[in-house]
Amino acid sequence: MAEQNDSLVQVRDLYKRFSISGDFLDQLQFKGGKITRHQEYVHAINGVSLDVMPGEALCVVGESGCGKSTVARTVMGLLTPTAGQISYRGERIDNLSDKQMLPYRKKMQMIFQNPYASLNPRMTIMETLQEPIRFHNPSMTLTEVKDKIAEVMLSVGVDPSWGERYSHEFSGGQRQRISIARALAVDPEFIVADEPISALDVSIQAQVLNLMMDAQEQRNLTYLFITHDLSVVEHFGTRVAVMYLGTLCELAPTKQLFSSPRHPYTQALMSAIPRLEDDRPDYIKLSGEVPTPVNLPSGCVFHGRCPHANERCKQEIPVLTLLDDGTQVACHGVEENRL
Amino acid sequence: MPLLEVNNLEVCFGLRSGAVKALRNVSFTLERGERLGIVGESGAGKSVLGFSIINLLSRPGRISSGNVHFEGYDLAHLAPEELRSIRGNRISMIFQDPMMTLNPVLTIGTQMVECLLAHRKISVVDAKRIALKKLQQVQIPSPEKRLDQYPHELSGGMRQRIVIAIGLLLDPDIIIADEPTTALDVTIQAEIMDLMLNLCEQNNVALILITHDLGVVSQVTQRMLVMYAGRIIEQGPTKEVINDAQHPYTQGLMNALPQMAIPGQKLNQIKGTMPPLQRIPKGCSFNPRCEYVMDICEQKLPSFTESGNCQVACHMVAESKQDELLGNEV
Repeated sequence: MAEQNDSLVQVRDLYKRFSISGDFLDQLQFKGGKITRHQEYVHAINGVSLDVMPGEALCVVGESGCGKSTVARTVMGLLTPTAGQISYRGERIDNLSDKQMLPYRKKMQMIFQNPYASLNPRMTIMETLQEPIRFHNPSMTLTEVKDKIAEVMLSVGVDPSWGERYSHEFSGGQRQRISIARALAVDPEFIVADEPISALDVSIQAQVLNLMMDAQEQRNLTYLFITHDLSVVEHFGTRVAVMYLGTLCELAPTKQLFSSPRHPYTQALMSAIPRLEDDRPDYIKLSGEVPTPVNLPSGCVFHGRCPHANERCKQEIPVLTLLDDGTQVACHGVEENRL
Repeated sequence: MPLLEVNNLEVCFGLRSGAVKALRNVSFTLERGERLGIVGESGAGKSVLGFSIINLLSRPGRISSGNVHFEGYDLAHLAPEELRSIRGNRISMIFQDPMMTLNPVLTIGTQMVECLLAHRKISVVDAKRIALKKLQQVQIPSPEKRLDQYPHELSGGMRQRIVIAIGLLLDPDIIIADEPTTALDVTIQAEIMDLMLNLCEQNNVALILITHDLGVVSQVTQRMLVMYAGRIIEQGPTKEVINDAQHPYTQGLMNALPQMAIPGQKLNQIKGTMPPLQRIPKGCSFNPRCEYVMDICEQKLPSFTESGNCQVACHMVAESKQDELLGNEV
């Protein structure tokens, strides 16, 4: 990683686990005449390292439960990592206090999946948009705030005269525009979008994606875009990170990933997208289902479903290695030139 | 004679603010063993259509006019007892969310046996044997074990397989699948779709697949209906509709797919949103969003025009067909 210092957001060896065994008393178990303490964890992220370059749209894809949303939330500081580092423009931000974090929150904003849940139903649109601006710019006068709101509302295609309405009066697409407006209101540099379009219909998806691309161009934004929809990624992403069970399998420029996916999981994922052109593509059939992140498999997390797995895959955890073409893959098979 | 024939079906929801028509003038047929896709955005009425075929609508929804012919019965006007002998038995339904469909407090085996005993006079042992056979058909690993498990012990993909097995339990003639893979991940979705396709082909079961995913429809179905604001606006063989969509809405829907755009370029969007059912505009319901809108579109509801093997409800298509005809005569 030569361009270490150029990256806007740097994630290094990130681990996040969630305890699922309840509080201290719940953890006590009576076994063989002795009281023992028993703890279980969901290993949501296991050693993820990635860099988000300024001006790019880095897409993170994977199936549900692979930890992509956890990565997004940890990067935003909404969750504290169990281990690992997150830096913003070279400054470590994962161990800051809330007060120290404040200036970063203005630069980093988030758009959530469900616009029905992420807007406060008791606030008018005007109040929703006012809150972040006034909070982050206490010196702004009311007129300046109002001008700013009108500007962001126009830029997302929402009529500023609707400011007095409540969020339930809007359709899903309009609500998502308002959430985008809220994120843009404080002039951020970096936006984390967690499945921003998956709750929307196809024709509305296109509207919202176009809006996000316009905003990127006009405001020079950097996106970390979380999605499970690969066709959106192909359109939107500069680079793509593929995750499986809390680990990064492959990270490559979008074009390269789509023309020559290297990791067996990426290949299977690509071939499973239903496309319009062909009738029944010979997709790569994966046997079995995603294992639970509670008891992680030994070695490569994908070995149970991988058609090319061998003994080494069952024992040894593969590390992300940089190939000649700029793709980073974590796979023994690729490393050994078997694949 | 087609297996299922829906004629001028109209569904009404009586709300406090007045009656809202969720389906208007919907007619289509389904042949034995045919796979039909119903596509549309949320609110277009595709699920309501699926529900009303077997009259599963609950108040305030009701079929206000039209009929559904199935083997000499009119399902829209059948007594509840008679309907029950057809539902689940001859026509079964698979719903979107397998966690909601399965009863969380009963084992898989109990639920399957219950369904069999409700429709057939057989012993519990026989019912268990049939249930086991169906579980094997849907390729569930260690099926014997599953019979004694509860739904929460299984993953989403596995649950949907169970729901499919229950759907097939009584060897129905028609399966109505309402977004069967929307709650699942892509790799699992591909497996489940493949499984459904094979089972329908093997058992000569007709499938009505309700989905918003044009990719899935294009891969699974033979014929498709496109719905907008409670009406069918285009129908025909899936390949023809996908490759050569005639209705501006269908075209817009196809073009809005990210795979249709050049990467990095803007997507082709349809402006605006679907109107709420209370406020459907006069004339063609798509007219405020249509880029080819003409005067007549705001006045008169378009009727179906034959275009190749497809039927399209659009004034523009009708006019261009008429011009063609006149041109030929001159």
